[in-house]
Amino acid sequence: MNAPQGLWNLQAQGRARRLARAAAALGPQLRGKRVDTAAAVQLLTTVIESGDRVCLEGNNQKQADFLARSLTGLDPAQVHDLHMVQSVIALPEHLDVFESGVASKLDFSFSGPQSARLAQMVSKGQIQIGAIHTYLELFGRYFVDLTPQVSLVCAQSADAQGNLFTGANTEDTPAIVEATAFKSGIVIAQVNEWVDQVPRVDIPGDWVDFVVLAPKPNVIEPLFTRDPAQISEIQVLMAMMAIKGIYAEYGVQRLNHGIGFDTAAIELLLPTYAESLGLKGKIGSHWALNPHPALIPAIEAGWVRSVHSFGSELGMENYVRARPDVFFTGPDGSLRSNRAMCQAAGHYACDMFIGSTLQIDLQGHSSTATAGRIAGFGGAPNMGADARGRRHGTPAWLKAGAQARQGRGGVHAMPRGQKLVVQMVETFREHMQPAFVETLDAWKLAEQAKMDIPPVMIYGDDVTHILTEEGIANLLLCRSDEEREQAIRGVAGYTPIGLGRDRRVVENLRDRGIILRAEDLGIDKRDATRSLLAARTMRDLVRASGGLYDPPKRFRNW
Amino acid sequence: MTDPTSMESLHFAFDGLHPRAQFVPILVGVVGSGNLEVLLEPLAGSGRCEIDIRTSARGFGAIWEAVARDFHSRHRLAGVAISINDMGATPAVVSLRLDQAAASLPATQACPTGAQP
Repeated sequence: MNAPQGLWNLQAQGRARRLARAAAALGPQLRGKRVDTAAAVQLLTTVIESGDRVCLEGNNQKQADFLARSLTGLDPAQVHDLHMVQSVIALPEHLDVFESGVASKLDFSFSGPQSARLAQMVSKGQIQIGAIHTYLELFGRYFVDLTPQVSLVCAQSADAQGNLFTGANTEDTPAIVEATAFKSGIVIAQVNEWVDQVPRVDIPGDWVDFVVLAPKPNVIEPLFTRDPAQISEIQVLMAMMAIKGIYAEYGVQRLNHGIGFDTAAIELLLPTYAESLGLKGKIGSHWALNPHPALIPAIEAGWVRSVHSFGSELGMENYVRARPDVFFTGPDGSLRSNRAMCQAAGHYACDMFIGSTLQIDLQGHSSTATAGRIAGFGGAPNMGADARGRRHGTPAWLKAGAQARQGRGGVHAMPRGQKLVVQMVETFREHMQPAFVETLDAWKLAEQAKMDIPPVMIYGDDVTHILTEEGIANLLLCRSDEEREQAIRGVAGYTPIGLGRDRRVVENLRDRGIILRAEDLGIDKRDATRSLLAARTMRDLVRASGGLYDPPKRFRNW
Repeated sequence: MTDPTSMESLHFAFDGLHPRAQFVPILVGVVGSGNLEVLLEPLAGSGRCEIDIRTSARGFGAIWEAVARDFHSRHRLAGVAISINDMGATPAVVSLRLDQAAASLPATQACPTGAQP
């Protein structure tokens, strides 16, 4: 807050005080920017002040796990009530800091593996959640009202000047460091190695205050790898319908795939099924996508002109190096990912988002919220939102926008495009849980966790298509709540929602092309076999890559 | 091996269109988790399609009936006995297997593509 007495550099003064404290406390354990590994906890103790906003790289994939562990080593009597701002709650240590009282408030985006424990700690009053965000939204707030005082980041290597090489898993680091460094904050990096010269400068040393060597390489999770052996015939069928009924129909050249087996099946059908439909060059040219191993056959067959990535994927490093015309790589040859820019690209420069979900209600609201778990959203709300600021046209965007506005008046009469947002889900999930429900679990979760609003991942008015094994519901063409509801029931199969359909209305919707069944698309369900997949095993993927793809151990099943 | 007494048994019968001549029994699918076996055998001299189901997923009788009914409206088989051995397949997989089995029947007449609205 600006001082009433006209002091305008309080933050810079605070920064100088913290740096001086650290120098005094560390003595010979600090040389230039280099901090001895054994002094990490002491560094954090002297640099962080109670009540600080601290950003810790819990990214989607890479984790500053050494710094996370060091943070749990702080004495809450000395440093307490920290406000943690981070993309992902991934490690147990990310919640341990709340258990000890070192931290008390949290703003984040996603918490997959820790979602149950997070919910428990919130209900016990150990954590106060500010809000759950989508990634780009959180990054935006780093420059507005959530600027970190201290950021704990993670890099592959550093040189004596503090230049950081973040390499393939650059991810969130540039956004975090920019916000922190240019608001008198303190940036501390853990690295896997010291080098005389970094292969390329991902983060300039000017922006970095301290670097500490981690005792072992930072954790990175291969979240986007899917074993083709686990793709089912139903998923192949849905992928065929997606390709023929949506990708081909709208001419989707620029897209993002959400995580999962459903989209992996689509990737593996491009060089086979989509090829047989004559679609090469007409769909799937430009991607906002992590380096999915499942995309290798399509890349090798010449489908893909470019891929920009949020992060990397373990095992894909050498394949990416060998395909610099496709991926974004530095002069050193390795991938440069950037989650903030990839999220911006996915929002504005892609014509379609397609992804899976857990629940859809009768208005098309899509949610992955489950009672008893606070999992958050990740990137989906951003990728799956219509980009209202977009102004450039493409055939796909214009066609979707025209379908949505056909025959409408008032404010909707103005010609506009619309992003295709496809939610792909089997009507029944594991244990015969229906994916279609009257009331999303998100309502119950909102009540349990005292949220302002139910945590919806993608709102119904942004969803343009719902695709199940029963067909495609085109919500763009619906003109009333009743049509929308029956269109959803019409693809909800044998779930209670599906069985509750008005048969006559659904028949009418099918006549009008609002509901498309596989037969309507000219697809014979019996053709949906795994033999259509361009790769059927992990070994096939390795072979397709010419031996360049090196799957992590857990995927090596031969 | 699953204890047979923990399986649920269901039976449905429908009147079909064109009674089939004898055919070699048809088996599709495998009994594995989330999967099912479907066996088609001739039911000589019958105008009916009889469906016999043994399933490890108990309590889904209404859905089985809806699936069976929709299958019958697509194919209207007669003179056919269908036996299903199910280990928790979803309705989508069940319908797929049934259609795969029906497609393997010798073509004696054009199959009506009964519409599911």
